[in-house]
Amino acid sequence: MTTLQDPPVESSPEIGRERRRKEDQRLITGRTRWTDNIVLPGMLHLAMVRSPFAHARITSIDTTEAKASRNVVTVLTGADLGESQGTLINAWAITTDQVTPAHPPMPSDRVSFAGEIVAVVVARTAAEARDAAELVDVEYDELPAAIDLKAAAAADSTSGVLAHPDLGTNKSAFWKFDSAEAGTGGDVDAAIEKARGDGIVIEREYRQQRLIPAFMEPRSTVVDPTGEQITMWSATQIPHILRFALAATTGVPESKIRVIAPDVGGGFGGKLQTTPEEWLTFCIANRLGKPVKYTETRSESLMVAHHGRDQWQKLTMSAEKDGTVTGLKVELLADLGSHVSLVGGGVPVLGAFMFNAIYKFPAYQFNCQTVLTNKTWTDAYRGAGRPEATFAIERLMTELAAELDVDPIEIRRKNWITHEEFPFMSVAGLEYDTGNYEAATDKALEMFGYDDLRAEQQRRRESGDPIQLGIGVSTFTEMCGLAPSRVLGQLNYGAGGWEHAAVRMLATGKVEVVTGASAHGQGHETAFSQIVADRLGVPFEDVEVLHGDTQTSPRGLDTYGSRSLVVGGEALVRAADKVIEKAKPIAAHLLEASVDDIEFAEGRLSVRGTDQGVAITEVAAAVFAAHDYPEGIEPSIDSEATYDPVNFNYPHGTHLCAMEVDTETGGVKIRKYVCVDDIGTIINPMIVAGQVHGGLVQGIAQALWEEAVYDDAGTLVSGSFVDYLLPTAADTLSFDVDHTSSPSTTNTLGTKGVGEAGTIASTPAVVNAVVDAIRHFGVDDVTMPCTPERVWKAIHSRGAGGEAATEGAAAPHFDAAEGTEGAGA
Amino acid sequence: MARINLTVDGASVSDDVEPRMLLVQYLREKLGKTGTVIGCDTSNCGACTVHLDGTSVKSCNVLAVQAEGCEVTTIEGLADTVDTDLHQVQESFRECHGLQCGFCTPGMIMQSVDLLKENPHPSEEEIRLGLEGNLCRCTGYHNIVKAVQHAATAAGGAR
Repeated sequence: MTTLQDPPVESSPEIGRERRRKEDQRLITGRTRWTDNIVLPGMLHLAMVRSPFAHARITSIDTTEAKASRNVVTVLTGADLGESQGTLINAWAITTDQVTPAHPPMPSDRVSFAGEIVAVVVARTAAEARDAAELVDVEYDELPAAIDLKAAAAADSTSGVLAHPDLGTNKSAFWKFDSAEAGTGGDVDAAIEKARGDGIVIEREYRQQRLIPAFMEPRSTVVDPTGEQITMWSATQIPHILRFALAATTGVPESKIRVIAPDVGGGFGGKLQTTPEEWLTFCIANRLGKPVKYTETRSESLMVAHHGRDQWQKLTMSAEKDGTVTGLKVELLADLGSHVSLVGGGVPVLGAFMFNAIYKFPAYQFNCQTVLTNKTWTDAYRGAGRPEATFAIERLMTELAAELDVDPIEIRRKNWITHEEFPFMSVAGLEYDTGNYEAATDKALEMFGYDDLRAEQQRRRESGDPIQLGIGVSTFTEMCGLAPSRVLGQLNYGAGGWEHAAVRMLATGKVEVVTGASAHGQGHETAFSQIVADRLGVPFEDVEVLHGDTQTSPRGLDTYGSRSLVVGGEALVRAADKVIEKAKPIAAHLLEASVDDIEFAEGRLSVRGTDQGVAITEVAAAVFAAHDYPEGIEPSIDSEATYDPVNFNYPHGTHLCAMEVDTETGGVKIRKYVCVDDIGTIINPMIVAGQVHGGLVQGIAQALWEEAVYDDAGTLVSGSFVDYLLPTAADTLSFDVDHTSSPSTTNTLGTKGVGEAGTIASTPAVVNAVVDAIRHFGVDDVTMPCTPERVWKAIHSRGAGGEAATEGAAAPHFDAAEGTEGAGA
Repeated sequence: MARINLTVDGASVSDDVEPRMLLVQYLREKLGKTGTVIGCDTSNCGACTVHLDGTSVKSCNVLAVQAEGCEVTTIEGLADTVDTDLHQVQESFRECHGLQCGFCTPGMIMQSVDLLKENPHPSEEEIRLGLEGNLCRCTGYHNIVKAVQHAATAAGGAR
């Protein structure tokens, strides 16, 4: 049973406090350390020559003219670098027989997506390198390109187009979960068969369009090979994983590599990658013995930094006539792009456990085929697998409600896990520790004014108002806090999911905290300071958080999957608790008391029942001097801890969207957006709200605006911010955000992840709202992004707007049949 | 090469630059004013926004030679000193959590300062329209709008 908890207790001065961020001073004054700011003596600059073709053989590369260009040091090709460039790895082969194409950073014979690097120019300035890159003459034999996901999935060695002809297939891996086989539920096919007789079966196919993470800071890498150690600065989410992978694939000892992620300007999963550009910068710097920098342009970033989503989802849900769901079957096609990138194949698997969401489905089956195509590879983008799953189930539950003509809230109430039923073993085999879907939903409905808006919707329908109102519901949960290492092992993932922290008690009373989580905008320095200040009873201002450098933070697994607080924060709590335990015998010695009588509260170690005591910072000073401490123990109270989570973490929430749809133009406008998220204990409400706001807009953007569009030849036609529609302040609105709190039972502080919540929940809420506004026109779907054109066509054709995906169309946001001519078409 | 003379953040500077050099490149590469950043190559993102003779411009959209004789203010010249005396808009961005990763922040702040100069008491809609040329991927703009409102109120209170 889950009970709600009131906001933080008074004895906890830091937890729950809206501390202003420590990070902000340097960011608001421009005293920042972005990778591209770094300038080193004699530093050289790279420019990449990239393939304009999605699939082609390289027949010749003439670098003569480029090499003669002003201040060019050299021009290098894949043939020049050979094996010295190392290789890019896939850390998660989702099946033991996964087909994984070789992935050299710069191929020498064949390119398999538009934008792949074929030559690198090294010059004294970035401008000179780019000028010379124009002079590299590459001859290609163009090959047929596998672009369309469904066509690629259907191709084999005898018919269709293969992304990598040598492999004989585009199918990379087939991953299946079946509740009957796993013993976590019944037989889904039997449930569906039964429902075809006496119940109801909902069958839908949804498109998860391809998205681009589009972090604001373009990726940049600097490598300095001078000295005994090779230092790499990179705009990455994963300095530790990057260092490991560099060492593992280049032969350079790990101990010789230092990776620093300085200020990193956003990631959203997009910088959860090991990149060809990093490998080439590393290789060339070592080869030339000089510091080398590469910074991508925005156009390069949109074209080649990994993309996200890109699935077809075939869904079959069975239910009884009263709305009780009896089974769910999921059949996915997931587009990997040209290669299986760092965790690319694993993204849909992260969604496999979440299609059943907050519901008590008795039978469940998940099937996923990952497919290779000649497009930019896909990998994590905010939510990674879980937004796709949440979209599917929350759209489907809404369709079931519509089919049965009941309120979408009611159908959810009928099927969700009630708060009395926690902990709950899901049909996908996960144990949800806590949750209270009723409380979050009730609060959201009240904030939203649900009944009044429903009444207004009815009035507008009856009066035939050209502006129709739709209400979208999304009651989501997710699994985050990646991840229990043993579970990752069972899933064949290449690493663990623990996190590491160290607490160093300095002699002057200051505290240095080292975390293996690597921040890129989340505010770790502030929130982690609050946790340590609270735990050790020291002033918030006296805590310094160090991160993002493998030399100061030698152990860590970085930041993604809403893991920093629930995994990294727990490691920090445990390290701080160890500090206290180590301080007790020293305090007892200083106070001439028995260690059993020492108790710790608010920063002081005291002799129970007396006013005798010593501050923990005084103990730190005492062991620094080390003139007087007990025999047999070390003169240090510094501590570290590695925490391997015992379970995932299950935040949840109810999101409600009111959408106005202009039936004459197809234009949509969000009128109100309310969300009530249950993320357990909140460390800093201000930071949490920021995470929710930003997440919401990214999810809303998938629903309404964003799509990476390729033409038939495999050219990305939404390859600049002119064409890829990132929302602006003028497109968005202010949100009504609130919380309920059922603390997690799997970490000391009771926290749950929040970084991805808004993105996961909002997309289906928005699309449900669009569909709800125009359902009376016979519409039961609008393909994302729900552009005015698609909405208008849905109204006027009584069907899903843009049945054909935008893929293949020449211009973004216009459907194939109506597409205008564009580049490469 | 062309010789330019201008004032940047209060200091007179003089350099020979290529005619094609963008103002943002001049600021970053020649002067080390790395507080001003480059977020795109199509003048969409606004991360490089600075003030040219008191008016906001995207410094990727101005040639260095066009700044001849001008007064340029970057994020680094907005506050009187690095640790104290922040501009009200800087204070408000911190107070309202109007930034996360902080990459768009210099441009967003410079644009907000210009917006408030033009319109000291903007409505929410006017703020949103006024910031339309500046992209942020972290905040969802919610707290940026709040920060500008906060700055407007604080400035009004001071008068």
